[in-house]
Amino acid sequence: MSETGIGARVRRKEDRRFVTGAGNYTDDVNIAGQAHAVFRRSEHAHAAVKSVDASAALALPGVLGVFTGDDLAADEVGALPAGWMIHSKDGSPMNAPGHPCLVQGKARYVGDPVAVVIAETQAQARAGAEALEVDYEELDAVIDLTETQSSSVLLHDDAPKNTCYEWELGDKAATEAAFAKAHHVTRLSLTNNRLVPNAMEPRAALADYDAGTGSYTLYTTSQNPHVARLVMSAFLNVAPEHKLRVIAPDVGGGFGSKIYVYPEEVVCTWASKKVGRAVKWTADRTESFITDAHGRDHATDAQLAMDERGRILGFRVRTTANLGAYPSLFATCVPTYLYATLLSGQYDIPAIYAEVDAVYTNTVPVDAYRGAGRPEATFVVERIVEVAAREMGIDPATFRKRNFVKKFPHQTPVIMTYDAGDYAASLNRACDLIDYKGFNRRRRDSARNGKLRGIGFSNYIEACGIAPSAAVGSLGAGVGLWESAEVRVNPTGNVEVLTGSHSHGQGHETTFAQLVAERLGIGIDQVEIVHGDTDKVQFGMGTYGSRSGAVGMSAIAKALDKVEAKAKKIAAHLLEAAEGDIEFKDGTFSVTGTDKSISFPEVSLSAYVAHKFPTSEIEPGLKEGAFYDPSNFTFPAGCHICEVEIDPATGVTDIVNWVAVDDFGVVVNPMIVEGQVHGGIAQGVGQALLENAVYDSSGQLLTASYMDYCMPRADDLPDFTVDTTVTPCPSNPLGIKGCGEAGAIAAPAAVINAITDALGHEEIAMPATPQAVWRAAQVAAREAAE
Amino acid sequence: MTTVAMTVNGDSVSADVEPRTLLVQFLRENLLLTGTHVGCDTSQCGACVVHVNGKAVKACTMLAVQCEGAEVTTIEGLADGDALHPMQAAFQEHHGLQCGFCTPGMIMSAVDIVNRHGGAPDEATIRKQLDGNICRCTGYHNIVKAVAAGGAAMDVPAREAAE
Ligand code: FES
Ligand code: FES
Repeated sequence: MSETGIGARVRRKEDRRFVTGAGNYTDDVNIAGQAHAVFRRSEHAHAAVKSVDASAALALPGVLGVFTGDDLAADEVGALPAGWMIHSKDGSPMNAPGHPCLVQGKARYVGDPVAVVIAETQAQARAGAEALEVDYEELDAVIDLTETQSSSVLLHDDAPKNTCYEWELGDKAATEAAFAKAHHVTRLSLTNNRLVPNAMEPRAALADYDAGTGSYTLYTTSQNPHVARLVMSAFLNVAPEHKLRVIAPDVGGGFGSKIYVYPEEVVCTWASKKVGRAVKWTADRTESFITDAHGRDHATDAQLAMDERGRILGFRVRTTANLGAYPSLFATCVPTYLYATLLSGQYDIPAIYAEVDAVYTNTVPVDAYRGAGRPEATFVVERIVEVAAREMGIDPATFRKRNFVKKFPHQTPVIMTYDAGDYAASLNRACDLIDYKGFNRRRRDSARNGKLRGIGFSNYIEACGIAPSAAVGSLGAGVGLWESAEVRVNPTGNVEVLTGSHSHGQGHETTFAQLVAERLGIGIDQVEIVHGDTDKVQFGMGTYGSRSGAVGMSAIAKALDKVEAKAKKIAAHLLEAAEGDIEFKDGTFSVTGTDKSISFPEVSLSAYVAHKFPTSEIEPGLKEGAFYDPSNFTFPAGCHICEVEIDPATGVTDIVNWVAVDDFGVVVNPMIVEGQVHGGIAQGVGQALLENAVYDSSGQLLTASYMDYCMPRADDLPDFTVDTTVTPCPSNPLGIKGCGEAGAIAAPAAVINAITDALGHEEIAMPATPQAVWRAAQVAAREAAE
Repeated sequence: MTTVAMTVNGDSVSADVEPRTLLVQFLRENLLLTGTHVGCDTSQCGACVVHVNGKAVKACTMLAVQCEGAEVTTIEGLADGDALHPMQAAFQEHHGLQCGFCTPGMIMSAVDIVNRHGGAPDEATIRKQLDGNICRCTGYHNIVKAVAAGGAAMDVPAREAAE
């Protein structure tokens, strides 16, 4: 392994600009003469908007324009669409009403944008927004996902029972038969709490219309600028693709929340032509809380059937998933194909049947948030497996090992074909690292100090490398999920790589350059990664679903193959040898069995000078592109073990030890992979212990600031012990599986399994706040006394 | 409008601003020093931390006019020319950042923690003292390592906490 090649702990190339304050985020960009947009948002969870009187606002200094849904409709600007078709059990298509970018008729959640005010300064726009007289007719709202299907409140006329779909997966009859012969059945009801993604950079947009060329430029906080452009062109009719340039410069975290197209960037783009000025909008934090797509929010009943030895026979799951007020771009696939398809976990389960109802409520739309469906699946599987082991008196590690998938490929009853893995290897390694054998001694030591100690496993699996285009197409996706790359070798031998992936913290400028530097035998500083601009990169599907390594880098590898093939042809002419005799290694082309050789920069210069090869056979230049479509999902999996100590007097849970052993396939940069795992665990621990999006019954979000929504801070978290075991992924050329979401997927079940182990009591909901844990500890103590 | 004058990263600056202008707005909008970030509106996240007269301050929670005559250092003023400040170098070396959005505030807070505590603060002290800075990406693990290493490299004499 070279110092900068695949597998090396290369320090990040992008860091210098970030540590010196020279990063370039959307809000850092300014265009001369820009105006500012502020949105007036519905204060009510459900209300008919009778009229908007803008006369007072328009009279204020600096106000340039006020626009409402009627203005968008007049220009035939469309509504935000749902990008994934799901069919109900009865075969009917889902009910998925579009989300108008400014309210038309009814506002359906607190925060739904009613009107926009454009003014010279942000303060003037804010004053204008406050001066708008909006005449609302307040309507009853429905907030609770368990009540909405039987509620008298109807959000959308074309979504009866406030239901998007009633979907199923798996073999119902086979599952019923498995339960009929079960020796033991474990039952569990779980809530997966609603979360707010909270990327630290708030969303922002800056749009500029050029009347001379009739084209728009939009700077926006996006994980996938090409998808944003496609949606804004094809569905929203803002501008044709070739007249719309979307630039996502440095992006300050996303975690899914910056995948989607939101009303604000659409309105700013459209309004920049209306007012003839560049228009800028930046969310404040409370605005982010009430407009960024939320995550999770499931209610689930599950049953697991076992034989007398604790071998799983069947699994039955019934879930209601809250979509919020509208179906956001990928929302409909999250509780279906990203959730129920992972309900087999790491286990060989003969029969599974899952039912999922997706419902509308008067709350912020819910969509993919780090892990997207897979954390929800893992929470259900790993909680019920743990409880089943406890109920049957089997050690939870032994119970898991007894049920692991051991032969690959493995076809689950819920679509997926697992291609490679060694689940026992991760589990065994994690048990060693945490000293599982010594746990009982540690528990006794804690007890002597009046503390309750518990240990919890989470053996997660996820489907990443999203995704084979035809496969997702057959499941309802509106797009293909390949990735593109272009490798441009310059005459002097340095290289630009244009990729459709887009880093928002993952370090692509380093990891992608590691691949290119190793393959071409050039210095890593000779490689520039270009991303996030639709005028530079031809097309791309973006970064989410832990896909940029497995799919994005595979596209680069494919383009590099073509570059190497062409360079070899040129080298053959330069070395006056047969093409088949040319070897390329460590940046040098040589003729097999001779000492004749030539360097990569010499070949690239010659490619552009084009004096020494017949241009009738070989085109001048050295630039190749590739589109890579994966042949399967990838299946990262691993074992996380959390050890907690609880003070029963205060209910405070202290995470005293955390071990993560993950199988991500081939690791490009262990330093970056460990960082991804740390960050994922922190978000999972946040869900388990601290974070919760809470609505009151009228639909006001009570947790709409950092005063009320508890973000994990340095003092809430331990040091993590992170290790990997490796089974290379067989389905892509680099053997990569992906690592971005694992921590967030694994962590919640590990924490709750540890807390319930410590308390000896299974009834604890997330977040397990000190108050909730204290209460459960009291109940557990009372039960023990009885 | 009122005139405000201060020293920012060693340069004398002055501008006419509305009295309600926050220090962070003055830095970002008037001086175009966009390294100082805004991540919240309740003084909770620390993305905006700068030094005013040598002490860490949340620039979203101070008016520009309150800094009249003050010495302000932002993330852009921390390095010595091309040579990174030891805390900046430590964040890069220990992978203490991912998206980079919290990073300027984290580094400015970290320098202040070391200045106040001296020497190389221990892990528990670092975790406690970082409670005014939120990072959503890193899980803090590597930030804590970076602050410890940066602190050791800063060569500030060990002392009891000054508070
Ligand atoms: S911007 Fe969040 S504390 Fe200042
Ligand atoms: S690095 Fe992204 S918020 Fe800290």
